[in-house]
Amino acid sequence: MAPAIQAENLVKTFGDVRALDGVSLDVPEGTVLGLLGPNGAGKTTTVRVLTTLLRPDSGRAVVAGVDVLKHPNQVRSLIGLSGQYAAVDEYLTGFENLQMVGELYQMTARAAKARALELLEWFNLTEAKDRTAKTYSGGMRRRLDLAAALVVRPPVMFLDEPTTGLDPRNRLALWEVIETLVEQGTTLLLTTQYLEEADRLAHDIAVVDHGRVIARGTADQLKAQIGGERIEVVVHRADLVADAVATLSGYALGEPAVERNTRRITVPVSGGARVLADVIRDLDARSIEIDDIGLRRPTLDDVFLTLTGHVAEAADEENGTDATGRGRGGRGTGGTAGDESGPDQDKQAVAAGTEL
Amino acid sequence: MSTATEHAIGAAIPRQRRGLSATLHDSWVVAKRNLRRMSRIPEIVVFGLMQPVMFVLLFSYVMGGAIQIPGTHASSNSYIQFLMAGIFAQTVTFATAGASAGIAEDMTKGLVDRFRSLPMARSAVLVGRTLADLCQTAFTVIVLALVALAVGWRIHDGVLRALGAFVLLLLLGYAFSWIGALIGLSVRSPEAATSAGLIWLFPLTFVSNAFVPVGSMPGWLQGIAYWNPFSATVQACRDLFGNQVGPVDSAWPMQHAALVSMLWSVLITAVFSWLSVRKYRSAVG
Repeated sequence: MAPAIQAENLVKTFGDVRALDGVSLDVPEGTVLGLLGPNGAGKTTTVRVLTTLLRPDSGRAVVAGVDVLKHPNQVRSLIGLSGQYAAVDEYLTGFENLQMVGELYQMTARAAKARALELLEWFNLTEAKDRTAKTYSGGMRRRLDLAAALVVRPPVMFLDEPTTGLDPRNRLALWEVIETLVEQGTTLLLTTQYLEEADRLAHDIAVVDHGRVIARGTADQLKAQIGGERIEVVVHRADLVADAVATLSGYALGEPAVERNTRRITVPVSGGARVLADVIRDLDARSIEIDDIGLRRPTLDDVFLTLTGHVAEAADEENGTDATGRGRGGRGTGGTAGDESGPDQDKQAVAAGTEL
Repeated sequence: MSTATEHAIGAAIPRQRRGLSATLHDSWVVAKRNLRRMSRIPEIVVFGLMQPVMFVLLFSYVMGGAIQIPGTHASSNSYIQFLMAGIFAQTVTFATAGASAGIAEDMTKGLVDRFRSLPMARSAVLVGRTLADLCQTAFTVIVLALVALAVGWRIHDGVLRALGAFVLLLLLGYAFSWIGALIGLSVRSPEAATSAGLIWLFPLTFVSNAFVPVGSMPGWLQGIAYWNPFSATVQACRDLFGNQVGPVDSAWPMQHAALVSMLWSVLITAVFSWLSVRKYRSAVG
């Protein structure tokens, strides 16, 4: 089966900057590819090439079976694009915006009207349909923008950071819409800076950095690629740490990592839940009292940092990612928030917060 | 596979329009959108009007008494007769700034990306924009004419010839809005587009026969002023309104002003619409 989106070796330079340095990717029909990467990695440029907005210097792209460079207008009638900023006319009403897009997709005036009303209903904008988009909240504009991308029920959709800047409630609502589309068979290419979003929505993830795809696979595959599972134990008292380490060593594939002040011990293991059960029984048998125990797998945050972290220029992005992770981690790991154990601690918070 | 096919069917687009009819349809949809915008931001239209109205009042009351047009006598409110063709022409060319600011705004707001990702005619966004601007220009010209009539300006050679003058004015305005379109596509922000759309119009409209007789300028400037597309339109309008006082300058473009004006407008429209559409196709915004 031919992929619905296919890019081969796309290259695009802007002056000295090699925005795309040989990007290749393919998205099988009916699946979601998450394009993940720091700002300036080439995510948006890739989307712009695939949606006919930008001609690459070299390379080839096929969308819905149509060559993007040879028949751009044919491609345009088969795709929907929703960008980073909500591209709606703020002086038109929600209804007028969608009607205009429908007419520009060459629908008849009547069909465009009917479709506009249908979409407004679906996106919960019916009440606001006769107000200018200027009066809409950020979330409403984003919904209207996504609705505009759906006017012709395109088989292939491109969403460029669809939820950037949205509050959690609106983000969740948009995710549900996107999931519905995918259930209905839409092929989707999604760029995002939110790892949580990629983890939840994407079947496959391509990590992009410096204009290249540096890793590709399912979220699980990527996580496995950078390391296996591990068991984390927090013992009740500091004097139990040594005993616990001794016990855990029997199951460890490598050296246990110990954080004294949080009484946390982490060991790499294999065997999943069965090993975890054994460890719990073993600790219990030796009367080592524990506060917390869990089987942890690396998160997408870990993957992202490992893959792009060695690049000095991405330092800012790392911080950005960390900050996001920390915000989310805060909810799940209140107990560690007050500790000052350096960057590792941050990573723990990230890990705990995004565990699914 | 089957789901996607269903979708493709769902997406089947009635593409009954092709070629010119598609261009006209899409341009009309975009023009409608821009006219709606104008009706929702009446400030733009109002301020677009205030400037020329202010010019009429200032020039006729403040400066009119001091500027003596050769071959007339000062008392005969002759300056307003001389002036109006110039004010009209300046008004239609200043509409350039509307096109440049509007298109620059669409670029920065991501609307141009949306349009470019749609299966619509490549020229429609710009044609629609310039057509809407033409409507606004026509409205401005009508109001301005009424104000001018109120302060003593008169048409002397009949309505038909006056209508001819208005056609020439609108043609010039339309041509200039294509220059504005190119500027709007070339600059990075609507603010820059507004100033970039206006600044070059001052020398263009002042190095002309619009406000003072060309004969009063230094010799090297006279050649430029006579061949200025703006001067040709002004001269043609003066002739058609019957506002010409004294003999017309003997320079060739002044003697054949209507023809020269029309040729300039067609030439500017052709060149700048080609450049603009080319720029639009490759726009990186």
